[in-house]
Amino acid sequence: MKDAVLYLEDGTIFRGTSLNTHGETAGEVVFNTALSGYQEVLTDPSYAGQIVVMTYPLIGNYGVNTEDVESSGIHVQGFVVKEFCRTHSNHRASGSLIQYLDDNKIIGIEGVDTRALTRHLRLSGAMKGLIATDEFDPARLKARLSQTASMDGADWVQHVAVKKPYVWKCNGDKKYSIVAMDCGIKRNILRIFADMGCEVHVVPPTMTASEILALNPDGLFLSNGPGDPAAVTYVIETVRNLVGKLPIFGICLGNQMIGLALGGRTYKLKFGHHGSNHPVKDLESGRISITAQNHGFCVDLKSLNPQDVEAIHINLNDKTVEGLRHKKFPLFSVQYHPEGAPGPHDAQYLFGLFTDMMDKHKK
Amino acid sequence: MPKRTDIKKILLIGSGPIVIGQACEFDYSGTQACKALREEGYEIILVNSNPATIMTDPETADKTYIEPLNVEFLEQIIVKERPDAILPTLGGQTGLNLAVELWEKGILAKYKVEMLGANYEVIKKAEDRKQFKMACLRVGLDLPKSAFAYTMEEAVSAAGEIGFPCIIRSSFTLGGTGGSIVYSREEFEAKAKLGIESSMISEILVEESIEGWKEYELEVMRDKKDNVVIVCSIENLDAMGVHTGDSITVAPAQTLTDREYQEMRDQALTLIREIGVETGGSNIQFAVHPKTGRIVVIEMNPRVSRSSALASKATGFPIAKFAAKLAVGYTLDEIQNDITRETPASFEPSIDYCVVKIPRFTFEKFPEAKDVLGVQMKSVGETMAIGRTFKEALQKGLRGLEIHHIGFDNKMDYRFVDDEKMMKRLREPNASRIFYMKYALQKGLGVDRVVDVTGVDKWFVAQMLQLVDFEREIMAEFAKDRALSARTVRKAKEWGFSDAQLAEIMGTSEAAVRQMRKDMGIVATFKVVDTCAAEFEAYTPYFYSTYETEDEAILQNAKLSRAAKGPRRKMMILGGGPNRIGQGIEFDYCCCHAAFALKERGFETIMVNSNPETVSTDYDTSDRLYFEPLTFEDVMNIMDVEKPDGVIVQFGGQTPLNLARRLQQAGVPIIGTSVDSIDVAENRERFSELLNRLKISQPSNAIASCVDEAIAAASRVGYPVLVRPSYVLGGRAMRIVFDEETLLTFIDEVADVSRGHPILIDKFIEDAMEVDVDAICDGTEVFVAGIMEHIENAGIHSGDSACVLPPHTLSEEILGEIKDSTRRIALALKVVGLLNIQFAVKGEKVFVLEVNPRASRTVPFVSKAIGVPLAKMAARIMAGEMLSDFPALPDIEHLKQVSVKECVLPFSRFSGVDIILGPEMKSTGEVMGMAPTFGAAFAKSQIAANQALPKKGSVFISVNENDKRHIAFMAKRLHDLGFKIYATKGTAKVLRSSGVAALILDKTGEGERNILTLLEKSEINLIINTPSGKKSQSDMRRIRSMAIRHAIPCITTLQGAWAAVHGIEASLKEGFTVESLQAYYSRS
Repeated sequence: MKDAVLYLEDGTIFRGTSLNTHGETAGEVVFNTALSGYQEVLTDPSYAGQIVVMTYPLIGNYGVNTEDVESSGIHVQGFVVKEFCRTHSNHRASGSLIQYLDDNKIIGIEGVDTRALTRHLRLSGAMKGLIATDEFDPARLKARLSQTASMDGADWVQHVAVKKPYVWKCNGDKKYSIVAMDCGIKRNILRIFADMGCEVHVVPPTMTASEILALNPDGLFLSNGPGDPAAVTYVIETVRNLVGKLPIFGICLGNQMIGLALGGRTYKLKFGHHGSNHPVKDLESGRISITAQNHGFCVDLKSLNPQDVEAIHINLNDKTVEGLRHKKFPLFSVQYHPEGAPGPHDAQYLFGLFTDMMDKHKK
Repeated sequence: MPKRTDIKKILLIGSGPIVIGQACEFDYSGTQACKALREEGYEIILVNSNPATIMTDPETADKTYIEPLNVEFLEQIIVKERPDAILPTLGGQTGLNLAVELWEKGILAKYKVEMLGANYEVIKKAEDRKQFKMACLRVGLDLPKSAFAYTMEEAVSAAGEIGFPCIIRSSFTLGGTGGSIVYSREEFEAKAKLGIESSMISEILVEESIEGWKEYELEVMRDKKDNVVIVCSIENLDAMGVHTGDSITVAPAQTLTDREYQEMRDQALTLIREIGVETGGSNIQFAVHPKTGRIVVIEMNPRVSRSSALASKATGFPIAKFAAKLAVGYTLDEIQNDITRETPASFEPSIDYCVVKIPRFTFEKFPEAKDVLGVQMKSVGETMAIGRTFKEALQKGLRGLEIHHIGFDNKMDYRFVDDEKMMKRLREPNASRIFYMKYALQKGLGVDRVVDVTGVDKWFVAQMLQLVDFEREIMAEFAKDRALSARTVRKAKEWGFSDAQLAEIMGTSEAAVRQMRKDMGIVATFKVVDTCAAEFEAYTPYFYSTYETEDEAILQNAKLSRAAKGPRRKMMILGGGPNRIGQGIEFDYCCCHAAFALKERGFETIMVNSNPETVSTDYDTSDRLYFEPLTFEDVMNIMDVEKPDGVIVQFGGQTPLNLARRLQQAGVPIIGTSVDSIDVAENRERFSELLNRLKISQPSNAIASCVDEAIAAASRVGYPVLVRPSYVLGGRAMRIVFDEETLLTFIDEVADVSRGHPILIDKFIEDAMEVDVDAICDGTEVFVAGIMEHIENAGIHSGDSACVLPPHTLSEEILGEIKDSTRRIALALKVVGLLNIQFAVKGEKVFVLEVNPRASRTVPFVSKAIGVPLAKMAARIMAGEMLSDFPALPDIEHLKQVSVKECVLPFSRFSGVDIILGPEMKSTGEVMGMAPTFGAAFAKSQIAANQALPKKGSVFISVNENDKRHIAFMAKRLHDLGFKIYATKGTAKVLRSSGVAALILDKTGEGERNILTLLEKSEINLIINTPSGKKSQSDMRRIRSMAIRHAIPCITTLQGAWAAVHGIEASLKEGFTVESLQAYYSRS
């Protein structure tokens, strides 16, 4: 155990102690309000470039296991909690969280007044931060933090996306063949597709429209991913070329890229949505889903042509757009995570809407 | 969807008296519902028999009926009020059962009353075991495996499928013998055979045993558009096998991965949809196998429950309020979350702290009962604690329990704990197991072994071990340095160690530790409970303490000061902590009233309490709520931040009163009657001096601080004497002793309770009538608000005694003397606020038994009987107003209505306990009967207390020598009313000589015509049995316990018998009418 600090861009310092991995790490500091699911959070590629603060104070209670991973490794830059659990308990656990962080060389700090930190981020907005375990001088911390890149305009997708295409096999009979553009895809999305009889061609985000069409898929899926959507221009270009040619479904970053491909703009939210309890209303059915969310950017509905695009879901907390649909083409997307992991399964019906769309398109 | 406009009037049924398993959480939910629905413009008709509730305040509903909760009375109310709808899901099991009964009897259909929230089919589907099982299976949910068997072949094949261990339950046995658990085939065959034989329909249920599995609860809400949210998850520390009400529970769930939690959440959603609870809250219990993770559904409550109250307080999400709004047609997204003011109720709370609930037991009141916990609930109250870690919350909870533990402490030195006893206390769930877990860890038993023996999940045990290990580190550091470093002290405070715990380690005082840590800059900080883990701004000031860097209470106070036009006037009210026998809802009622009244008068009110069941811990009740243990340390921490102008300690019962002196010494501005006056009233010598000066009589008395003094004092005062340790509430350990031998036994037994306080000895005045008086004094004037004549003789604790207001047998002279004494005592004590005096009247002589210059248990009853909110008045007077500032007070001697208070006893929960009443309080709750005459009011009170007097049938009479000459006249009247009279030989002789044809019964249980067989056959409808001498005979004891089992009213005093005769006469000759409080008051 060693003293550690979290130095924020605005000069605020939060103190804690580090686990066994020492040094420095920087990233955009965001808070997540989910009560469970820290392993999924750690392994969610969308958190690349970010230091995650868990608002629930007791983290590590049920250890880690080999199943609840959303990618092949940990993607957060740093992990900030009130208290790491020393003795975990769960029948599926294969190890402790502390060991897991150490094995992955992730700096985790505890003993932080995470509520004060969360309030600070809420009031001042998400900002960059630096965790340091050997350096406590504010001036030097400031200097080092200023050398790190900003989240705005940063393309983090290239760091987490798959480099070579691969196929995620379906469970049981194959009913659909889809292409999933991997910008940092969460495995639970693939698991759900597989359970629905979709064979998924997971492809790098650099794949072009013609390459995708050459695979002759029933539909295209645009995944979640980290960073500023506006920086991922190559994907936006590809999507623009595929609109109307294939049924398209996007989640999170996928939703933002669709917004951009359709000519809209995205903007940065003050402190984003990260958690498992956000109410989203399906404007068509009136149905409310409690959703998992993890995004710092949002599509500006006003920037889209109302003749072509409409909002189909809104967030009931802050009324931001949570889903889009093209009025003429088979295309829809959501800003939140219907796959949960962590989070509720209320909106899993959306995967069914996508297969329905593919069915219709096939005819 | 807007609210419904086709309904205007809604009937709400409360849950009746406080009993084990149904406490003030339903006052909280019912009151919230009333407020929520009236806000929407509905007219609310409220029925409840419990006067000590906020819901029965005449301001809470439009029409308030304090009437017995049964179908007959409810039908009368329905006929009179013609409500459009009934809301059955907010009044506990009582309210739900009554609604079902009203439906089954066709009454709801007849008067076109619609059931809101959950209809009849839904309730049946959730509550009927078979229907529930079918529903679960239909939607693919797993349950403990079970099968019915009628033959041995079927039984054996069922066991083969289910495996061992399993539980065998025999259906339809007399007296409900319960299930037995079997571990092997051989054992199974023997028990199954016995089970089939003892079942009247030769049916047994063979069920998979899930004892030892992890237990969880989810609080679910649904609206009519099928939107469902989970408000809170709760994990029980105690494994399956201990009733959830008796378990230590933790929110949120700690040891489920998200995948497992979401699976459980999905199941909860599926289940509430299948059962079809249309709107409102439900509670679903699950068990999870600790090794395989298999999830099974245990049960579902299609209504607001005790757990919903806990979940509401744990998250800030007001379940009952929203359930009420959903019931009239709103959807979750149309309801605003009042904490954030910008987000809707259609979300799932996220919390950034850990909540621990710990039950409070009262086994010390029932020494014959074993303190072993099982599937039947036995706790009488609970405390909840909030901390940033489990360790902190657990320690706060343990000190908040007010059972002389100062945390996860060392009440016993583990080295002196017997190993064998310890293992037994670990294996068998019981009230103090948590402390034995500590001893076991201290002895080095190891986490895994403790887990094995107790079934408590490893996570919890490991957390406890952290506390044990760290405590050892603190001790070692202190032993080495004779001081503690700031780092250690800070960590200790973060982990919930109290100043008192540290003081114990350092061999110093709590005050010294407090000073030391303040000098180190280690002070409590307050955080907000905001439903959203700080994601949104919170407007609701609901705080808990912890040791962190930022204090939101200070921030909020600074903001309020900036916004205030003038100086802020703040009043702090200290609540009563967890419910227990002797200190319950009545005191919470008073605290709420203080908050309401002072808020109305422009004060900012600050509530401090640790009981999640209460209205006082509703964040709507006061301006700021501090959910904290009521200890010196925790209260002082709040003082430091709030610096109120006044603090009220009079209203929360003994809990705050016990803190009064220390708080005052620490400079806390206690308002109302001075701490010194409280001491005069509680200090026997000073009190006797006062009464002598005032020339008011009291029974001769003495104080003894050692055994020899006690023996001498008792013989000087003269036996029988009433003995008790000083400074106790609810007559704890109070007893009437008749000789030296019993006196010595008593002194021995109370060594633990009295804790160094002396023993008080009073002459016990036999055959005296007891009178209770509640009054308000402003220092110069006195308002005698209520004079209550007890129905039982003095010697029975006033809390256990029925009483009538106005008094019906006392002469003008005696009433005059009582009022005069009350006035003089109040003025002499310079009482500012409430005052309660107990008098004994023997012949023409009046004695003062006790003076309590504080809110008494009867304040709500008197307030309702006379239609004056006494606690509100008292709070205003304490804040500086005078009695003359109030509008004309009613003439309490000429009330149009008679009110009777009756208590409700928990004997049926504690097998083997004798039901004889004495000076130690044993009741859990009370009911009120109101009528134009004493007889009818008494009869109503008996119906409400679930001991309805018979209108015909047989009465069994057996009385002691002294009572025999009085009983004849009563027996004659009962006989004339058509009752058959049975009596024991001696009693029958006296009755016959007075011309009552009494049939002789043998009470020892021999022969055909013995009392036990007649009771068994339900041929006796009323028992009048006064105990003889100091020890009740064992056969009478059997009679009384059988009476409880068969729910036959059993009267144990002569005065009670008189009242019963009046009551029976009234119910036969007058019948009953129902009347609302509002109607009563408008007439007086």
